[in-house]
Amino acid sequence: MKKMLLRYKVFLVLLVVNLSLLFLFPAIGIESFRLTGQNLLEMLAILPPIFILLGMLDVWVPRETLIRMMGDGSGFRGIALAFLLGSAAAGPLYAAFPIAIVLLRKGAGLRNVLIFIGAWSTTKIPMLLFELGSMGWKFTLTRFVVNLLGIGVIAYLTERLMKPEEKDAVLTNAQAQDVH
Amino acid sequence: MFTCLLYVVTGVLLFLSYRKDRNKTKMSLKKAWKAFENILPQFLGIILLIGMLLAFLNPEVIAALIGGQSGWQGMLVASIIGSITLIPGFVAFPLASALLKSGAGFMQIAVFISTLMMVGIVTMPVEMATFGKKATFVRNGLAFAFSFFVAWVIGWVL
Repeated sequence: MKKMLLRYKVFLVLLVVNLSLLFLFPAIGIESFRLTGQNLLEMLAILPPIFILLGMLDVWVPRETLIRMMGDGSGFRGIALAFLLGSAAAGPLYAAFPIAIVLLRKGAGLRNVLIFIGAWSTTKIPMLLFELGSMGWKFTLTRFVVNLLGIGVIAYLTERLMKPEEKDAVLTNAQAQDVH
Repeated sequence: MFTCLLYVVTGVLLFLSYRKDRNKTKMSLKKAWKAFENILPQFLGIILLIGMLLAFLNPEVIAALIGGQSGWQGMLVASIIGSITLIPGFVAFPLASALLKSGAGFMQIAVFISTLMMVGIVTMPVEMATFGKKATFVRNGLAFAFSFFVAWVIGWVL
């Protein structure tokens, strides 16, 4: 029980803040709870398949296969696969991090996992269709092409700027979150 | 539509998985639940925080902040709002196109959309739990700077 309370500490503090908003500024408090409820429903709609796919990826794809396809020596194929995986995604960016942990644990290269995160954040296909509808093809296409390069550069630089022991810490952390 | 497709694909794969190996399928569901439960406190926190942020920074307020500014100052305001808020695409893009119609420049809109998607201050705790502090700060910092480059290219092309 105490452990549970500790884990949800931040959430509970925010809940208290939100409840006090309700008393101090009822209009904003009500709007805030309405938005939270709406977001919660959306999250509950999209997250189950994402996490079930994550579980199946973890169980069915052997480590050797993932190392070959997305590991440090996977070259262009690994980069392309990371882009495709991220772009085929749906759902908010924070749902990508648990998947990143599984990919890291299975031996995907850090740079490729960062590319996956980059693609998930900006080149998701459903999002691009939305952009096309509201911003037109010139805006969307320009942003897409620049992003393709940018995601790669950001991933490359982020990995390069990390010390070996910092990279090890990321991998150890990913291993520690495994379930048997 | 896309969510629907995601459910169908997941359902088919789950069925095939169950046909092939019952225990492995059970294991994968267990792992799915564990990964979800692991991150649930942060999810709930993020959702509450976004709710509060957007209650203050509703589309009208954002429009007043971004639409009224121009040049570098406008881009800076747009980038800061984009970095701290987390708005789903189906709200963000119609908002962006409304902003354009009400007089905001393409460059401000580009930097807003780009930071909105790539820079996540609210989601930083989850990112740090995955990649550590250093990588999180570096990635978000680079993405922030990159958003200005995107805006510059958009301003040049359009």
